[in-house]
Amino acid sequence: MTTSVSAPPRKPLKVVYRPPRTYLTPTHYCPGCTHGIAHRMVSEVLEEMGLAERTIGISPVGCAVLAYQYFDLDGVEAAHGRAPAMATGIKRVLPDRVVFTYQGDGDMASIGMGEIVHAAARGERITVIFINNAIYGMTGGQMAPTTLPGQVTTTSPRGRDIHAQGYPIRMAELLAGLDGVAYSVRHSLHDPTHIRKAKKAIRLAFEAQVRDLGFSMVELLSTCPTNWGMTPFEAMQWVKENMTQVFPLGEYKVHPELKKLRV
Amino acid sequence: MSTRELMKGNIAMAEAAIRAGVEAYYGYPITPQSELLEHMSKRLPELGRVFLQAESEVAAINMAYGAACTGARVMTSTSGPGFSLMAEGLSYIAGTEVPLVVVDVMRGGPGLGNIAPSQGDYRQVAHGAGHGDFFPIVLAPSSIQEAVDLVTLAFDLAQKYRSIVIVIADGTIGQMMEPVALPDYRPLPTTRPEWAVTGEPGRPRRRLTSLYLHAEDEEVVNLRLVRRWRQVEANEVRYRTYYLDDAEFVVVGFGMAGRVALSAVRHAREQGLKVGLFRPITLRPFPTRALRELAPQAKAMLVVEMNSGQMLDDVLAAVQGRTPVRFYGRMGGMVPFPDEVLEQIHLLTQQPPTPDEDPRALWLEHMARVVEPHAA
Repeated sequence: MTTSVSAPPRKPLKVVYRPPRTYLTPTHYCPGCTHGIAHRMVSEVLEEMGLAERTIGISPVGCAVLAYQYFDLDGVEAAHGRAPAMATGIKRVLPDRVVFTYQGDGDMASIGMGEIVHAAARGERITVIFINNAIYGMTGGQMAPTTLPGQVTTTSPRGRDIHAQGYPIRMAELLAGLDGVAYSVRHSLHDPTHIRKAKKAIRLAFEAQVRDLGFSMVELLSTCPTNWGMTPFEAMQWVKENMTQVFPLGEYKVHPELKKLRV
Repeated sequence: MSTRELMKGNIAMAEAAIRAGVEAYYGYPITPQSELLEHMSKRLPELGRVFLQAESEVAAINMAYGAACTGARVMTSTSGPGFSLMAEGLSYIAGTEVPLVVVDVMRGGPGLGNIAPSQGDYRQVAHGAGHGDFFPIVLAPSSIQEAVDLVTLAFDLAQKYRSIVIVIADGTIGQMMEPVALPDYRPLPTTRPEWAVTGEPGRPRRRLTSLYLHAEDEEVVNLRLVRRWRQVEANEVRYRTYYLDDAEFVVVGFGMAGRVALSAVRHAREQGLKVGLFRPITLRPFPTRALRELAPQAKAMLVVEMNSGQMLDDVLAAVQGRTPVRFYGRMGGMVPFPDEVLEQIHLLTQQPPTPDEDPRALWLEHMARVVEPHAA
């Protein structure tokens, strides 16, 4: 015979975390994809800084092509690689707004290489969130400018051959060499410790913009379990063990005024 | 209206845009329009407006796209090779339904070509400005005053129809100097359209995109663009006619070719020939109906262009065989002169084309005799 037992009275739950209101879930990203983490941190930073209502985000072509649906922010959609030019066009006519682009490695470092280098060289007061997962995600796993030597992709089926297909490009270092750049750093999203550091970097990047210091870019080593052919956990390990070797984490350019900030 | 001053075409077009209220200009140097860019670099900062020389035409059109999304009055300018680079951006701008004014000062081509004047971009600008179904308005001036008037009109039409408006001028119009009366300054707008993405607090968030992943949604957008275009076709056709009342032969030409043809037509009239000129001003929407109604009156038509016969195809489609059409063109940067067009008018009146004559047949024979023997 069963008897129904009522649950004991519960203490009210203490809310220790609420997702940011400007991050609109659910998203379409794959299990184990770090886009969700990056999106969430951008939203948190903008809300913490009180900037969300004044922000315009520019979505790329890539898995994040629908990013403008996941941010409760004013947003536009750029052509592939052209987001920094679009951001420039917007920021020049609306200089008191916060303008950011969110771009993948194909979008920014391949077809968009001209636009990103020149926006950085001009010192555009924009913030770029660079998702580096060493592969083209949306189009099904082709080689990217950041694909590692020997890495198998659908267009490097025998592994990236540096003699035929060249070397990966280190964007954080490359942009750091430009005078117009106030902040150019590389962090990783492969574990909570690194995620917390990445969030501080995102904060400093937006500080660089609102303090009118120059161009800011945060490169985030990210996963693509689907196209790497790994489980989410394996993908995080792969970032930690392999990507950080080719793309060392570091603060390649930090404006002196940003160094004084505690975030 | 102010007094008239002698101005170079590129500079006059830039000033016209400034007075029409252009708020942001993004461009790149390319001959024969660089003076427009340079003039903007001098004047826009003086007025507290936005000027930026981009790193390429690809960047320039995308900067213009961004600014257009904020509802600002934006402009860019280029020549043929740069227009080719802008094709992607133009398609995105059209798919997002935001306004833009573009000036294309045409040069010899295809490819690198040269910096001499041509009308070689007609087909690209009027029929193939970028991928997908979209409909830029195309305006073709034949004098610097007209260029000023059409650049001013371009901003109005762009805002009215949330559309791309392209002013195409051949290199002569960009480079030559003529007396011009510049319009007065218009005040800049104080509000932004209700669709504009401005990062403004205190309202629901807005997004602008040309991405419509569900085909059903994209088709709705495509239909909206078609219906908007049909309004433009109904309301915005512009052309000028000269000596048509009793004309037995009609010359058709746009831009500088139309202007040269006008000189030839006037000479022909002095010689007692009943010739007139039809000069399209909107290349898109093309004055199809007006030409179709004119055709039965003419024993023959002569299309004169500075290309291989690009508007010719639109004239043939308009005329629908109601009158035979012959073509005469100079290409590669060569500019036709009134005497050679007059010679073609004489040929047209003395030896009118038969209904099944290939419009280019006599032209190519002429070129073989007169032009090609001189080739290096």
